Amino acid sequence: MVVAEQKPLSEILEMVQPYKKILVAGCKGCVTVCNAGGKKEVEILAAELRIARKKEGMEGDVREITLERQCDPEYMEQLEEAIRDRDAVLSIACSVGPQYIAGRFLDKMVFPGLNTTFIGGSLEHGVFAEFCQACGACGIHNFGGLCPIARCSKSLLNGPCGGSSRGKCEISKEVDCVWQLIYDRMSRLGQMDRLTRVIPCKDWTTSRDGGPRKTIREDLRL
Amino acid sequence: MVPCTGRVDVIHLLEAIEEGADGVYVAGCLEGDCHYISGNLKARKRVERVKKILSDLGLEAERVEMYNLSAAQGPRFAEIAREMTEKIKNLGPSPVRATAKAA
Amino acid sequence: MKSGSNLEKVLSAGHFAVTGECGPPRGANAHVVREKAAHLKGIVDSVNMTDNQTAVVRMSSMAGCLILLQEGLEPNLQMVVRDRNRIGLQSDILGAYALGIRNMLCLSGDHQKFGDHPSSKNVFDLDSMQLIQTVYRMREEGKFINGQEIDTPPKMFIGAAANPFADPAEFRAVRLGKKAASGVDFVQTQCIFNLDRFERFMQQVRDLGLDEKVYILGGVTPMKSVGMANYMKNLVPGMDVPDEVINRMKGVAKKDQAKEGIAIAVETIQRLKEMKGIAGVHIMAIEWEERVPEITEMAGLLPRPKV
Repeated sequence: MVVAEQKPLSEILEMVQPYKKILVAGCKGCVTVCNAGGKKEVEILAAELRIARKKEGMEGDVREITLERQCDPEYMEQLEEAIRDRDAVLSIACSVGPQYIAGRFLDKMVFPGLNTTFIGGSLEHGVFAEFCQACGACGIHNFGGLCPIARCSKSLLNGPCGGSSRGKCEISKEVDCVWQLIYDRMSRLGQMDRLTRVIPCKDWTTSRDGGPRKTIREDLRL
Repeated sequence: MVPCTGRVDVIHLLEAIEEGADGVYVAGCLEGDCHYISGNLKARKRVERVKKILSDLGLEAERVEMYNLSAAQGPRFAEIAREMTEKIKNLGPSPVRATAKAA
Repeated sequence: MKSGSNLEKVLSAGHFAVTGECGPPRGANAHVVREKAAHLKGIVDSVNMTDNQTAVVRMSSMAGCLILLQEGLEPNLQMVVRDRNRIGLQSDILGAYALGIRNMLCLSGDHQKFGDHPSSKNVFDLDSMQLIQTVYRMREEGKFINGQEIDTPPKMFIGAAANPFADPAEFRAVRLGKKAASGVDFVQTQCIFNLDRFERFMQQVRDLGLDEKVYILGGVTPMKSVGMANYMKNLVPGMDVPDEVINRMKGVAKKDQAKEGIAIAVETIQRLKEMKGIAGVHIMAIEWEERVPEITEMAGLLPRPKV
């Protein structure tokens, strides 16, 4: 899923401070799964905003809505009604959401309530880690099913570097050295000879380095 | 009415504050004795989260509190009630209350 | 001859080679480099010029190398893949060769988190292995990464680093083999304090026949104090400093610790001289270049051969 985390409350309050009528918009997609922007989080954030306003003796006009997703034009139509009288929208979908809102509702101020961090999964309830960098040319099968581009701090294709120590990356004891994991798994799979082959330079054009990407499925277009 | 403090969620505590409550406390079973195993531990984590939220909003974190006691501890229950009331009295009315009442 | 460099000549003639190291200053002060160079002149066969080591901004390795050339020393350009993409790397290799640099090391580079600009972007377009392949191809085929011909190809003597003390321990010698297969001519190892572990690594290297393919220079760093020893033991990634070494440094009075550190370095060099498969030593006297003449003298490495 796309993993995101909520911005610090102080940052959010500062962003929406000049606006009277706010709409907090959540998303039932990825951000619900990583507990950052689903219905529950919309309720909590809206309550926080209202408490902040009331504390200053102001009205807390904060409306709540949770959309199916904020990354499809059809679902964005559901916002029409809710957004009508609002001064600003605080979207707690991943950053695709606020961009969709900004693109469709040209006269409304939109703010991102989350910092979208990475493509990943949960390790255990409440802990999420990065697994993919969307390089556009997946080759994890060459590395025992693990991705060195996303999970090696230096994105080495011929790792590990000299900083790998006791299975941990040189940057932090909290970070596993994925090359240790790759080595362990490929040994287990009997692929040591594969591990001695030098992987040549990567073509990064399919990655973000080649420019913003688009996928067109002609077979699906109406 | 809840069967276990584990059923108390962040939003319930925030709603109480939003509606103008000067203080909210959650009284759960002694740690290790939860009838539903870990409900009281979850409640404590949520109370901690709400304390931080209040702090971030410039409100006193002490307005929300978690207590642990067994269902048999009548005197302790009364003691907690007195303790919390005293504490909140000293803090004064919640700054949210004025606006909440007006609304 | 691949590059015709002094280092290449010394090694191919079968001499025990000695390389030194120089860290450029955190400013545009060329004089600092000249002073350090003065200590090393005639004492070593060539000198590494580090490249924003520990991800701390310093005068560029290439500029430092040019100053060394001006002072009559032979430089070893260091190039990390952390800060430049393949366009910048290939461009700098051409520039370095044009300026007269003939040896270069292809390195990953410490992560920027360790340095003074941790909020910078990572590059890592290539890794160190692919950089070795690149430099090799430029020399042997006269081609860029994209296959196009280079007018006046650079012919560098290609070096890399090897860390026998990192993990996975069973893979370090194999990885050196990958560097050999990529075209590396010489490697300098991480500084050695644990000689038993190093000997085990060298056994794996010899078993793979790598000592016949690559010139291996053992890294040696003299310790100034117990504080430095502890720092290296606990805070530098990929370093193995055994307790015996710490205890030796602790066992002498503070004013004698530097002398003890030098004695340990000299002993290490002497063991390296006896070790099969070791072609030389790389002395990294960080901010202590003035003691290198003494170390090389005591270890019987002087005078340096004229080739």
